[in-house]
Amino acid sequence: MKRYLLSIRFWLVLLVIVVLGLLPFELSYYFLGVLTTAYLFSGYAMSWDLLFGYSGEVNFGPTFLIGLGAYGSALLDVYAGLPMWLCVILGALIAVAGGLLLVAPALRLRGPYFGLITLVAALILEKLIVIFASVTGGEIGLGVPDILSLSTWVNYYDAYVFMLASGLIMVLVSRSSIGLILEASGQDPIATQALGLNIIKYKLVAFVLSAFISGMAGSLTVFYLGTASVGTVIAVSVTLQIIIATVLGGRRSIIGPALGAIFLIVAAELLRPIGQLNEVVVAVLALLVLLFYPDGFIGLFKGRGRGL
Amino acid sequence: MTHLIAQILVDGFVISAIYALGAAGFTIIFGVSGVLNLAHGAHLVIAATVAWLALTQWGWGLVGSSLAGIVAALISSYLLFGGVIRPIERSRRIPPEEKEIFTLTATLLVGIIAQGLLSYFFGSNPITTSPLVNGVTEIIGVRVPTNELIIGAVAWVVLALLWLFVHQTRLGKALLAASMSPRGLALIGVELNQVHFIVWGLYGLLTGLSGVLLASFLGASADDIPGLTALAFTIVVLGGLGNILGSLGAAYIIGILGTATAYLVSSSITELPALFLLIAILLVRPQGLFGRQ
Repeated sequence: MKRYLLSIRFWLVLLVIVVLGLLPFELSYYFLGVLTTAYLFSGYAMSWDLLFGYSGEVNFGPTFLIGLGAYGSALLDVYAGLPMWLCVILGALIAVAGGLLLVAPALRLRGPYFGLITLVAALILEKLIVIFASVTGGEIGLGVPDILSLSTWVNYYDAYVFMLASGLIMVLVSRSSIGLILEASGQDPIATQALGLNIIKYKLVAFVLSAFISGMAGSLTVFYLGTASVGTVIAVSVTLQIIIATVLGGRRSIIGPALGAIFLIVAAELLRPIGQLNEVVVAVLALLVLLFYPDGFIGLFKGRGRGL
Repeated sequence: MTHLIAQILVDGFVISAIYALGAAGFTIIFGVSGVLNLAHGAHLVIAATVAWLALTQWGWGLVGSSLAGIVAALISSYLLFGGVIRPIERSRRIPPEEKEIFTLTATLLVGIIAQGLLSYFFGSNPITTSPLVNGVTEIIGVRVPTNELIIGAVAWVVLALLWLFVHQTRLGKALLAASMSPRGLALIGVELNQVHFIVWGLYGLLTGLSGVLLASFLGASADDIPGLTALAFTIVVLGGLGNILGSLGAAYIIGILGTATAYLVSSSITELPALFLLIAILLVRPQGLFGRQ
């Protein structure tokens, strides 16, 4: 505990959390809406980091998990008429089932091969949704009858709590022995197994947790926006944003990707006047960070001790 | 029915040849320097766009504009090598075991940047250059544009030359050796930096030519960049990473499967069977159809 109290990063993170919690007293409804999206998006980035940063799995299809959660809960809401929060939980569980589907190839395939499989899984899901447009709404999107809340404040705090809770869980997991063993298996699976550790068990934990949070974030996004659409939860462009957010914020830190996600969404909003080119500006920025500050924003505050 | 089959075979034959040529550079660069270039589609579209500019805006003629496209891909290939790949390989701040992931992410970002810039300046409508040759030829009862056949033939000739280069010349054998054991090659006194420099040049030439042919056959636009990269990635993984003949075979499987799906089922799901096939094969044979373990 004392180690945490002495680290600069711990206090900075705490400061950021408090400031974000007080923002509704200051900001306009419009900007609170932007931040709500950003917090939900940070769920995608943090859960991607758990797989990428810790177990070294290049998952090019995080939107496979997000999309399963989003469309799973939307379909349940529309066709089964279940209560919204039940749909959110079930959506997250559907994503977990998808995560379990990915574990099998992850245990057999390394690096680029696994990356390709996940990319293909997301592409297939996208195609299937477009093909079965009569049920899923296809490219237009599927409107859901339930909505998170009509109050901007409630939406804001729902997303805020979701971000903090999922962030806390993943930080704890990644700082525990599970995180260390995942990191070891990502760097040298054979040596890790030789130490008598059961890699399969730990990968399973990582995939299930990552899928649960991605799926939940996806389904919350659907109920916040009131519609499930390919462009917001499945498209390859969403994957790219997740990767950029993680790299900018600093991989293998969980907190970094969350900050990167908030930065990315807010920057896109502020850069809106330059139109089409805003994606280019953000991508150039991410490339420069990657080349010159490979540890991202969070790496700037590494300071003494590993701390938070 | 026979006519339909003939149509699928002839069309599939040409499309697959272009796929194979487009993926050849991708697989060589992986084999020799271990880089999986996720900005691959960008080089193709840059070559296509410059060839189109030279032909329609600057009036350079067919040969001149094709050369302009190839040179543009050569330049962009060296820019990527010098500006992104090299700095990552030499960086002391990136741990060695993470270099591969960094290269993947960085090239992905370069692809996004190229896509954004190209669509800003040239819009997202596909650009198409005029056909190299006009007219129609009849083959086994199917009428095919002569242009398509010429493009298929060019692709095959270049692939054959590439095979001869790699297996019959001293330099080509050095490249092959580098893909098997870079350290071994360095031990017998070959400068690895030179090998990398040459292979990125070769990559630029091959990709540039594919891009130019693409512009004349299917057309190309900034929005095609991710799809083209994914296609090359799929072909190369299916054929076994770094295996040139393997990717030729894989290109034919994917090209003919896609063409057959488009003709027999619907053109909206052209890629779907190939994607399922890919997953099935990767799960059974992670090293690809023709790859070495």
